[in-house]
Amino acid sequence: MASVLEIKDLHVSVEGKEILKGLTLTVKTGEVHSIMGPNGSGKSTLALALMGHPKYEVTHGEILFKGRNIVELEPDERARLGLFLAFQYPLEIQGVPLGRFLWAAKKAMMGQGTDGPTDKKADAKALSQFRQELQEKMKLLKMDESFAQRYLNVGFSGGEKKRAEIVQMHILKPEIAILDETDSGLDIDSVKIVAEAVNQLRGPDFGALVITHYQRILNFLKPDYVHVMIDGRIVRSGDESLVHELEAKGYDWLVNGANNAKVIQ
Amino acid sequence: MMTKKIEEVRHLGEKKRSVEKEQAVYDRDYSRYAFSYPTDKYKYVLKPGLSREVVEEISAIKNEPTWMREFRLQAYEIFLKKPMPTWGGDLSQINFDTITYYATPTDKSARSWDDVPEEVKKTFDRLGIPEAERKFLAGVGAQYDSEVLYHSIREDLAKKGVIFLSMDDGLREYPELVREYFGTVVPPTDNKFAALNSAVWSGGSFIYVPKGVQVEIPLQAYFRINAPQMGQFERTLIIADEGSRVHYIEGCTAPIYSKESLHSAVVELIAKRGAHLRYTTLQNWSNDVYNLVTKRAVAYEDATVEWVDANIGSRLTMKYPSVYMLGQGARADILSVAFAGKGQHQDTGGKAIHAAPYTTSTIVSKSVSKDGGRATYRGHLVVAKGAHHAKSNVRCDALILDERSRSDTYPYIEIDEDQVTIGHEATVGKVGDDQIFYLMSRGLSESEALSMIVLGFMEPFTKTLPMEYAIEFNRLIQLEMEGSVG
Ligand SMILES: Nc1ncnc2c1ncn2[C@@H]1O[C@H](COP(=O)(O)OP(=O)(O)OP(=O)(O)O)[C@@H](O)[C@H]1O
Ligand SMILES: [Mg+2]
Repeated sequence: MASVLEIKDLHVSVEGKEILKGLTLTVKTGEVHSIMGPNGSGKSTLALALMGHPKYEVTHGEILFKGRNIVELEPDERARLGLFLAFQYPLEIQGVPLGRFLWAAKKAMMGQGTDGPTDKKADAKALSQFRQELQEKMKLLKMDESFAQRYLNVGFSGGEKKRAEIVQMHILKPEIAILDETDSGLDIDSVKIVAEAVNQLRGPDFGALVITHYQRILNFLKPDYVHVMIDGRIVRSGDESLVHELEAKGYDWLVNGANNAKVIQ
Repeated sequence: MMTKKIEEVRHLGEKKRSVEKEQAVYDRDYSRYAFSYPTDKYKYVLKPGLSREVVEEISAIKNEPTWMREFRLQAYEIFLKKPMPTWGGDLSQINFDTITYYATPTDKSARSWDDVPEEVKKTFDRLGIPEAERKFLAGVGAQYDSEVLYHSIREDLAKKGVIFLSMDDGLREYPELVREYFGTVVPPTDNKFAALNSAVWSGGSFIYVPKGVQVEIPLQAYFRINAPQMGQFERTLIIADEGSRVHYIEGCTAPIYSKESLHSAVVELIAKRGAHLRYTTLQNWSNDVYNLVTKRAVAYEDATVEWVDANIGSRLTMKYPSVYMLGQGARADILSVAFAGKGQHQDTGGKAIHAAPYTTSTIVSKSVSKDGGRATYRGHLVVAKGAHHAKSNVRCDALILDERSRSDTYPYIEIDEDQVTIGHEATVGKVGDDQIFYLMSRGLSESEALSMIVLGFMEPFTKTLPMEYAIEFNRLIQLEMEGSVG
């Protein structure tokens, strides 16, 4: 059975200002959705609110994941349920090597703390498997092995940070992944590498919500659904052909629609 | 990390620049202040309290040569005359009368593992310390209070002529060598606690590395305090002869006791021409301990001395490892790490004295304060006349985890030479919400995320440690961080 992320009439405020104004959207495993929309329309706000950033306050509506309202859950609980967010601006963490971090994250996902006595032998075996897996994933994203020893995102180039996010996604194996402009800042080849890495995960147990400004990555991903977000709402949904329409016409023709969105619905 | 640069001083060829004038008290001589201490309150010998007789008795028990006995007695007189330091932390609760200055081996009734408090056992468990070591750390087994207990000399070291003994054994077996260097780097007149240590010292390590010998494995020793109100006054002397290389590590874990406890060690390092000497300390004192330690090194021509010093726990730590660069091209690297939790004051830092040309020093201080803890950086940088082309770089990073905690920086800089390059940089940071969120979005709990950021902050220290120490240190920090969220 597919896992479902169901967003119902979501209103989100940041520092008292309402950014999302009644957003409704359903993403199921097995599907790839894309969201496009002008700068400042609230795409990242949606992504961060879904993941549970404390600054993004849900004032109305529901986020149901696997039948459970997750609005009150902590970000780590959401992650353990199977949500993942590839950040538009991945954070830099000094002194924490990428590999060590991911190992801790993976253990946390498996419900093991980082503390307390553990089965040393089993641990060592799991660790060596993990190392191998990490190596493979880094290869997949064309990242040099040495990145595993480098501090998390510190001094990574813009594109390297984005690819590292996808390495993380591959290691943590979410059911629903939100990719916030992962393709921005990537060179031509990297867009393809990232898209192929996402495609590799596709199947009945994986769904994605891909936020982007560009057609290019969508040409590789072939999303099942394309949504346009303007001023905190989805104003239009369609299939891949909507992307071409947007490329040709821009967003202006939909802005009026945004004002009337409530009426149309 | 949200990092704010609070200060950047960069001066080339600037003369006599002093920051925080009052910090000069550091090296001041207190002997002009009249000071005496009631000593007739207790009966002699090994009962709590200090007297001339106690000092003599310690020396007698150890069967020491006369010169050491005289050295102790002189130091005792100096101790009496010197007033308590008035800077640094609050020392008013120390009562010299209630401290035991020496416990003979026979004093020690055999403790069994069952007597060790549950709390302590649990801590060992969580630290993942091996069984044998736990017993040792908890003071179980054939071990004595004030002696160095644990020395592993590998055969090949002995073959190379490396001496690695307890200070007591060193004095017995190599009296001439000890006499030549003992007290030359830190004289009893240096400060009240150095005088106290010189009077009642016991235990510690004595190491001599002959010319050109490279010691590949770190030499290690464990110390502990295992009796209530037991003072620990170990004394360490390391001589790295020309062109040699050695790394010494001391790790401390103290069981928790409720009464005041005093730890006052003296460490003297001598790095001769071209020698490379690193001294690592990883200390985790229980929260009632006053940790007042004098650590000093001299570095001759082209020699390098590295102090790597981590302070966790204790009620108050005052410790400023120093290096006197006496020969051209000498180098000092001081890395001081402190973690100040509830009710704790870590007053730490480093001193670099450039007394020769082309000498280089770096001081890096990293502190974390939380739950009302206080971390103070106190640094002293001196470039003496004639030490041209000296280079020094000081960097202090403080991480403050909550509103109740504090961090302060007292850099004292004194420059008497024109051609020098000095850099000083200090940052104070808080952990950013976005960083915590980022890590939590990968499945880590809030406290795990916070620990990870703190450990990352400490990484410049951790990466200098051998693996087993690094793991232990990380676990210690994780334990300290627990319950700090929410
Ligand atoms: N933490 C915040 N504090 C203040 N304002 C915020 C915050 N986060 C978002 N906003 C505001 O909310 C609005 C939506 O921002 P958001 O980042 O969601 O847009 P976006 O659609 O992702 O834009 P882009 O395409 O440029 O990434 C913007 O006006 C932005 O300034
Ligand atoms: Mg955005």
